[in-house]
Amino acid sequence: MATFFDINLFALFGQLLIGLINGSFYALLALGLAIIFGLLKIINFSQGALYMLGAFAAWIGLNYLGINYWWALVLVPLAVGAFGILLERTLIRPIANEDHLYSLLLTFGIALILQGLFTHWFGSSGLSYPMPDELMGGTRLPFMYLPNYRAWIIVFSLLVCAGTWFVIEKTRLGGYLRAGTENPRLMQAFGINVPLLVTLTYGFGVGLAGLAGVLAAPIYTVSPDMGSNILIVVFAIVVIGGMGSIGGAILTGLAMGIVEGLTKYFYPEASNTVIFLVMVLVLMVKPVGLFGKEA
Amino acid sequence: MYNKKLNLVLLGLALVAPFVLYPVFLMKVLCFALFACAFNLLLGFAGMLSFGHAVFLGTGAYVTGYVMTTYGLTPELGILAGVVMSALVGLVYGKLAVRREGIYFAMVTLALAQLAFFFFLQTPLTGGEDGLQGIPRGKLFGLIDLTDNMTMYYFVLAVFIIGFLTIYRTIHSPFGQVMKAIRENEPRAISLGYKVNQYKLMAFVISATLAGLAGSTKALVFQLASLTDVHWFMSGEVVLMTLLGGMGTIWGPVLGAAAIVSMQNFLASGPLANYIHVLMGVVFVICVLAFRNGLVGELQKVIRKNSG
Repeated sequence: MATFFDINLFALFGQLLIGLINGSFYALLALGLAIIFGLLKIINFSQGALYMLGAFAAWIGLNYLGINYWWALVLVPLAVGAFGILLERTLIRPIANEDHLYSLLLTFGIALILQGLFTHWFGSSGLSYPMPDELMGGTRLPFMYLPNYRAWIIVFSLLVCAGTWFVIEKTRLGGYLRAGTENPRLMQAFGINVPLLVTLTYGFGVGLAGLAGVLAAPIYTVSPDMGSNILIVVFAIVVIGGMGSIGGAILTGLAMGIVEGLTKYFYPEASNTVIFLVMVLVLMVKPVGLFGKEA
Repeated sequence: MYNKKLNLVLLGLALVAPFVLYPVFLMKVLCFALFACAFNLLLGFAGMLSFGHAVFLGTGAYVTGYVMTTYGLTPELGILAGVVMSALVGLVYGKLAVRREGIYFAMVTLALAQLAFFFFLQTPLTGGEDGLQGIPRGKLFGLIDLTDNMTMYYFVLAVFIIGFLTIYRTIHSPFGQVMKAIRENEPRAISLGYKVNQYKLMAFVISATLAGLAGSTKALVFQLASLTDVHWFMSGEVVLMTLLGGMGTIWGPVLGAAAIVSMQNFLASGPLANYIHVLMGVVFVICVLAFRNGLVGELQKVIRKNSG
């Protein structure tokens, strides 16, 4: 196998690929958090639980309702988004004018309930979701073996991220959204239905988490605590990137996945903690985050 | 409400309680009450929501457990070691975390706590998934054997009272007043010339130190220090205790801790054992939606209405 300065390229690219996949999930979740934060000014602590919900919904759909992977990819984000809209309308809306720390605590409570229920129903050991037939196998590249499903995750989540970025930064709807972020009251005065915009934004942000859950189901174990573990990492990523920019959230997510992959190759003991250490570094050098704006 | 009579009655109750209730249960309540009071000092009086306070509980527990097991120190020295280490971790983490505010502060503390979690999981000193087991309670000052649960109870009660009075004094000192000013209006405190970040850091370190004291004591009570103590779930639990009891009140966290620990003990043996996390989540949601002042806060409101 090709070695270069004592570096095993095969293993290095393998870890880079895993890093890029993790980074795709970080990007999707951080993007959802950033969109919700932009308009609602809340941190959605249940984002991880809804990602878990997405994975379980795909599993339940396949095993009980005969919904295959491709349909799940369409239906589950819609269902999770609808569930999010229900949460927003019934629980989050009533305290929208209170200190935002309360909504953090509220969504934390929702996360505990969801995680607790799924632990009770399915146990904590986790379930496996079969890979879709169409994406079995892989491609042998000169320096590595690339499984098709992994390539699919990266391409698809990048497309979703890029599409979301385009809609928010370049279209009229995105313009409303950005204006709502700046000054919701003025928007309302111009005749835009801001409460509806808020609800739909929350639904979309949460739907992204559901989508990430479906994508994750075939390669990770579907388990009740899959959401809380990843969410804390995504929080660190959001602190690193700052939530001021949509593109920043996506880029930071991907970059941190790659950093994690590289660490796994060069110094595996630190792979769990490297993203938190980067956060510490950013806090010391540029506390508002790499893409953050001074308040 | 905070008159001397009430305090004496509560002290009397605490002194006779172990003759009525199981002492280990009471000690658990006292440890968590101190932990929640320390947390409340930060959230209730300085307005800083830390989502990683389990780190300080866990650091206290692990360090005390380690020095007691390895060097066979007396319990007061073991606790001192745990408390000092928690204070140091609090200083480092506080320095980083006070650079951000509000929900970012919460996320930073949570992420820093996860960093510590992985440290405690991976370092060979802490026994990994098993934790430190069979920590000896030792002889207090080399004289009083703490093996007996009744003796231990009065020791824990004394520790709790020391911690509680420290918090009480801090809140009612000039420093405490500045803390409240920062909570209410930070830009104004800055314009009045207060070095806000230094006050915040000080509050953070005091809170971390006392949380460490709770953790060290807890390690001696249960003779165990484990990953549960540093898990994010523990950080959430202390938020819930404070919220349920009433943040920003003196007795709220004590009541909240007693309520949550009782609930857990009660449920653990019943048919609802699997639902503990779900129920805690439900309590969270109810508290936030309908009950933001907590038990003590609502009680104070009622009393004020009746007297005025």
